[in-house]
Amino acid sequence: MLVEAGHFALALALGLSLIQFIVPLWGARAKDPVLMAVAPASALAVLACIAFSFLALTFAYVNSDFSVLNVVQNSHSAKPLIYKISGVWGNHEGSMLLWVLILALFGGVVALSRNSIPMRLQANTLAVQASITIAFLLFILTTSNPFTRVIPAPLEGQDLNPLLQDPGLAIHPPLLYIGYVGFSISFAFACAALIDGRIDAVWARIVRPWTLGAWAFLTLGIAMGSYWAYYELGWGGWWFWDPVENASLMPWLAGTALMHSTVVMEKRDALKVWTILLAILTFSLSLLGTFLVRSGVLTSVHSFAVDPERGTFILGILILFIGGSLALFAWRAPMLKQGGLFAPVSREGALVLNNLFLASACATVFIGTLYPLALEVLTGEKISVGAPFFNFTFLPLIVPLLLLLPLGQTLAWKRGNFLGTAQRLYAVFGIALLATLAMFALEHGGPVAAPLGVGLGLYLVLGSLNEIVTRSWSKGTPMAVAWRKARGLPRSAWGTAIAHAGVGLTVIGVAATAWGVEAIGSLKPGERLNAGGYEVRLERVVPRIEANYREDVALLTVFGSGRELGTIETMKRLYVTRGMPTTEAGIMTVGLGQIYASIGEIQADGSIGMRLYHKPLVLLIWIGSLVMAAGGALSLTDRRLRIGAPARAKAVPPTAVPAE
Amino acid sequence: MTRKQRRLTLIGVAGCVLAIALGLVLYAMNDTIVFFNSPADIQAKNLQPGTRIRLGGLVKEGSVQRGSDQQISFEVMDAQAAIQVSYKGLLPDLFREGQGVVAEGVLVSPGMFRADSVLAKHDENYMPREVADTLKKQGHWMGEANAAPKTQ
Repeated sequence: MLVEAGHFALALALGLSLIQFIVPLWGARAKDPVLMAVAPASALAVLACIAFSFLALTFAYVNSDFSVLNVVQNSHSAKPLIYKISGVWGNHEGSMLLWVLILALFGGVVALSRNSIPMRLQANTLAVQASITIAFLLFILTTSNPFTRVIPAPLEGQDLNPLLQDPGLAIHPPLLYIGYVGFSISFAFACAALIDGRIDAVWARIVRPWTLGAWAFLTLGIAMGSYWAYYELGWGGWWFWDPVENASLMPWLAGTALMHSTVVMEKRDALKVWTILLAILTFSLSLLGTFLVRSGVLTSVHSFAVDPERGTFILGILILFIGGSLALFAWRAPMLKQGGLFAPVSREGALVLNNLFLASACATVFIGTLYPLALEVLTGEKISVGAPFFNFTFLPLIVPLLLLLPLGQTLAWKRGNFLGTAQRLYAVFGIALLATLAMFALEHGGPVAAPLGVGLGLYLVLGSLNEIVTRSWSKGTPMAVAWRKARGLPRSAWGTAIAHAGVGLTVIGVAATAWGVEAIGSLKPGERLNAGGYEVRLERVVPRIEANYREDVALLTVFGSGRELGTIETMKRLYVTRGMPTTEAGIMTVGLGQIYASIGEIQADGSIGMRLYHKPLVLLIWIGSLVMAAGGALSLTDRRLRIGAPARAKAVPPTAVPAE
Repeated sequence: MTRKQRRLTLIGVAGCVLAIALGLVLYAMNDTIVFFNSPADIQAKNLQPGTRIRLGGLVKEGSVQRGSDQQISFEVMDAQAAIQVSYKGLLPDLFREGQGVVAEGVLVSPGMFRADSVLAKHDENYMPREVADTLKKQGHWMGEANAAPKTQ
């Protein structure tokens, strides 16, 4: 019964979205405040309906209601509770439901922040947001209904894909979706502004926190996905340039550019047309990502089911929204007035360069990802564009950007002094250079890329923090004063410095992978395998049986510099219901590096194939991403972004003054 | 600087970056792209030894041989031809005789292929799409229903 109610709520949400789409748009045009006020109310109602629908599906999963087809196909009564819940979005239908839930959630938050957004802008924005909701609700209801029943109901479900039975599934998709879908708000704001024909610094100030928030979540989502792939697939890689990964990287790159260009627009009222275009492109890339992942044109763990009808539907949505918004842009953009002027060497100029490099890098990823698909459609020839292509095209565009990053962050607005700025970074540059040379000397002809990359990362970390130091300390300032000054700096300055330092940490982690060592061998109990100064000894292999799988566990003792460091377990699992084997890697963290072991099949003679890696500093890749997101979050709490939100003052109830 | 000069600088810089990006892409397209081939394609196209390709097909039943030190060899076949593949390392979980496989590596001679990666597949039902397409073309496809009785 609850399942039918959930289905009904979804249909109701569609109807309400139609109201949210048409009425406010009409109201904004007729300047009718009553009609415009329908927007926030209906947005909240849509949110309530979709949330109810999502809860209904979750309830069916938790109770293992095998009369629901979706539950049968993706759940099993013996599965642990956390995977029953996360299994809700571990399949096509459920993940699309999560997608619209987050879409509605963002609409709801916009509806609630009515005091910080001008009424017309809010009405138009929510109307555009509703149009996206309508498209995706139609998609779910017509092609991917999660509430379909099966009669008669089977006794047991078919279980969830074992690779997805991992805490990563509980975290990765929601974070990623909040990021992906969060850009829909920037998109809706851009379209609303175009409809209204008014775009100014106020618009940028309103949009910036949304972009920043979405960006921070997308960063976390991608980092989480990368770490998940790293430990789950047993191959020790953390980024494969797989089309599905690229699908999330493209909106991230465009979103990063958008975040920076919005700053220029907010501070200097410049780059308006470009910022609007970027907002449209960023969400278009999010939609493209959804299409690539969900339509089945690519086969991977992410494409749960291949159904041409769904692919065509999403392609239709894609064309409608990208085409529609770009047409709106082409029609309205020429009416925008030129904004503030700036010299080429200035903070604005640096941010323009940032946008150029990011957009070009994004374009190369776009070509590398879509070219094979296009070629196959056009000629039938099948090719694979892999890591070599992206390393060759992406890195040369990103490295100059990184080199310029600390400089740009230090340059003054409007007109900067390049030499003066460079002088402030001499010390940082010197330290990074010395560190690089020292690493070259120490590694005795090891990989060239590693010291260079680590040096670059170091330069980024120090250069980003240098900004805080120079702004609060000069020769002769007592430490206490400097500290007070540093604490008094706007949070956005701290956020910028921290996020940029995070980029540096990630660069160090990525560069250090060149120092990694891999060893492959076949071991019998008691035998040892060595990788980069670390050694493991295979103790024994024992079978173990759990609720929904059985496994062979290899117990390994890890030795480093002659000392015993501890034991790790690596497993070969067989998930009984699906008859699917998986490998679980055994990982030991030593400092910021990791010892990573995974096993192959057990041979007839009792020996076991083993792959062992030592990965120095590998954790920095993800720590850096966390730091980046933290920097973004810190920027979000900046006072400046809260100004123009008098809601707080108004919301305080009139103080009950006691009668005198 | 006048407004016009500023704009020209901007356009110039943008043009340079885009030109570099385009150059890199075009160069990389020639050099780093790997074509997918089935064993029959290798014969038909008469590919030169030393070519880097992606090879896809079925692992021939009974052809998997394990040497010392994780050295493995097996045959990849389609309806018309077969090719010997050598590989050193751990095979993916879903590697099985009689099942589809995609390997990337270098063609040593027309009948011998050295793989440096054998692709891990994510799903027990999943036949690599390239392989499935080839088999369909050659009329050897059993159909989704037979191959995967439990489609999602």
